[in-house]
Amino acid sequence: MTAASASGPAAAFDFDCLGVESVTRHFGRRRALSKVSFRCEAGSITGLLGPNGAGKSTLLSILATLATPTSGTVRYGGATAAERGAAIRARIGALGHDLYLYPELTARENLRFFARLYGLDAVEGRVDEALDRAGLGDRGGDLVSGFSRGMRQRLALERALLHQPRLVLLDEPFTGLDDASTQALVARLRAWRSAGALLIVTTHDLDVIDGLLDQAVFLRDGRVSGIAAGGVTGLREIYRERVTGGGRA
Amino acid sequence: MPMLNRLFLPTLGLALVMFAAAPALIVNAPYETTMGLVQKIFYFHVPAAMTMFASAFVCGLASMRYLFGRRATADRVALAAAELVVLFGIIVLVTGPIWARKAWGVWWQWEARLTSTLVMWMIFVAYLLLRRYGGPGSDRLGAGLAVFGMANVPFVYVSVNWWRTLHPKTSVVMTLDPGMRPAFWWSVAAFVLLYVALLTVRTRLAEQRTRLEGIHLALDD
Amino acid sequence: MSAWIGGFLRVAWLVMRKDLTVEMRSREILYTTAFFAASCILVFAFGFVKQGRPVDDVSAGILWIAIAFAGTLALGRTFERERTNETLQALMLAPCDRPAVYAGKLLGILLLLLFVEVLIVPMVALMFQADLFRSPLLLVALLAAGTLGFAAVGTLFAAMLVRARSRDVLLPVLLYPITIPVIIAGVRGTAAIMQEGGEPLARAWVAMLVFFDVVFVTLSLWTFEAVMTE
Repeated sequence: MTAASASGPAAAFDFDCLGVESVTRHFGRRRALSKVSFRCEAGSITGLLGPNGAGKSTLLSILATLATPTSGTVRYGGATAAERGAAIRARIGALGHDLYLYPELTARENLRFFARLYGLDAVEGRVDEALDRAGLGDRGGDLVSGFSRGMRQRLALERALLHQPRLVLLDEPFTGLDDASTQALVARLRAWRSAGALLIVTTHDLDVIDGLLDQAVFLRDGRVSGIAAGGVTGLREIYRERVTGGGRA
Repeated sequence: MPMLNRLFLPTLGLALVMFAAAPALIVNAPYETTMGLVQKIFYFHVPAAMTMFASAFVCGLASMRYLFGRRATADRVALAAAELVVLFGIIVLVTGPIWARKAWGVWWQWEARLTSTLVMWMIFVAYLLLRRYGGPGSDRLGAGLAVFGMANVPFVYVSVNWWRTLHPKTSVVMTLDPGMRPAFWWSVAAFVLLYVALLTVRTRLAEQRTRLEGIHLALDD
Repeated sequence: MSAWIGGFLRVAWLVMRKDLTVEMRSREILYTTAFFAASCILVFAFGFVKQGRPVDDVSAGILWIAIAFAGTLALGRTFERERTNETLQALMLAPCDRPAVYAGKLLGILLLLLFVEVLIVPMVALMFQADLFRSPLLLVALLAAGTLGFAAVGTLFAAMLVRARSRDVLLPVLLYPITIPVIIAGVRGTAAIMQEGGEPLARAWVAMLVFFDVVFVTLSLWTFEAVMTE
């Protein structure tokens, strides 16, 4: 499975690095993000870590092109969202806290809808594969409203990855997962990294991602309070130091 | 708008002087034959209406600029212009019924232009409600509404007009006696100057507020 | 160019079909909106009927007010559904022309409202002895053009309010003043249809509505992406 192969109307565009340059975002009086800068390369997992309200979700929205920064730029390869909007979106897969699934549709219908929306070919084949990978092969015809949180999460993840995106944005993907599912997800993330994807993950669960990250960006009050790179372990210590310890990088 | 900022005091001063002088001109203007003294209110009523509609367009255009260009100044101008639509609209909607009451004995006549004004006024009151209660992001939403409001002006006018012509009652259309023209255009000029002055000061207020917030936040750095 | 139009229509069709599928599973919005429209008409009937005779032109007004109220309710509920799982965001994330998503949602709402109208127009005709079917084609044109105008503005506003505070009350607050030309045209056009020799006037109102539709659908398509991105 490669992240490089894609099909659909905007297949021509691809990128191998993500550059966040001095991104600031105001909401009236509130400054959600302030001069956030970092870079990611293809084939890496970056963690966005910080307490609630640090601006992680806002940053993910901006990276997903759902919101625009008040100032600063995000570059996908060399291009910005303003220049290549739809083409960039074809290479992005995102999973938010609210899982982007239609509870009134079956698992299969959900996947089929998004596959068609993304203009993918061989829809049925991809849908079957995705259902199998989510461990829902026999539940394809059931309504999503009847699924447990864990099942929905697995389905939602497969939906986000259906078009084999280059940039994968995951907002708290480990919430509500049991051990087995968590391990499976970690394995999946590693596999995608090997295939050349750019993964950005936010989470509160530091133990789960300890040793998984290639880069950890610590956010506090909308500002980057530290970046740890190169196979990050001992996250708890670093977190305490960079975020809760009141220190600046 | 630094140029307008510098001109603000002279503009306001000139506007006030013109308003002070206006009564002299208005008193000297010829009496309208059918309506008498109360007709003089039209020297405030009509210019206020003209300014109000102009402000609706200013708001719509500034909103377009904000929506597609993301220039923060445009948003401040749009908000100021919307507030002035409501303000000048109140003048129109108060002077109108006063005139109607004296001239025809009823407060409200569903006259085409006054009704159109009421509809436009309500659209911009809705704009202010949205900005106030819509939560974060309501600046962009408001911009969308303002653009729709501006595009709606011809439709409101045409539909209300056609609606009225089926029930013709008293006609408000007056021909402008040449003797009235100086007073009338003087009033229009005074209103326009007042509008520009108010728009400038309100925009500047918003600008100062943003700057103050910036300083507040910079303190945290 | 034709490929672009093809892509646009394909996405709009996909979104509309998805909406219809979701709605057909429970039919909740369909039934509740239709019932609500009928209740509105009943309430107005008690408000305006005097001594067994409907007041002149009231049936036209009642019909369009019921459409407006029911439409607002349907819009609110439809987008509330999109809000619960943030699926509107998922649609915005897709690599398609974002206005196509608007078009798809508009078509879905339009179909819903037209269906409700099929139910309440005969109801009004019956209860108020209103001669609505004097020129049936003209009536259909009027209803279609008017509903499209209302739905076009309503879909945009409902979509843009999805993440706003006080969205329930703000939708009618924003929608009604802007759609007053539609209501006026609909009511006067319907009244003209019911009158002897009123066809030319009704046609004039239909023309105005068509013009309104063109302007506001275009405006909505144009501003959709801008108002939907934060």
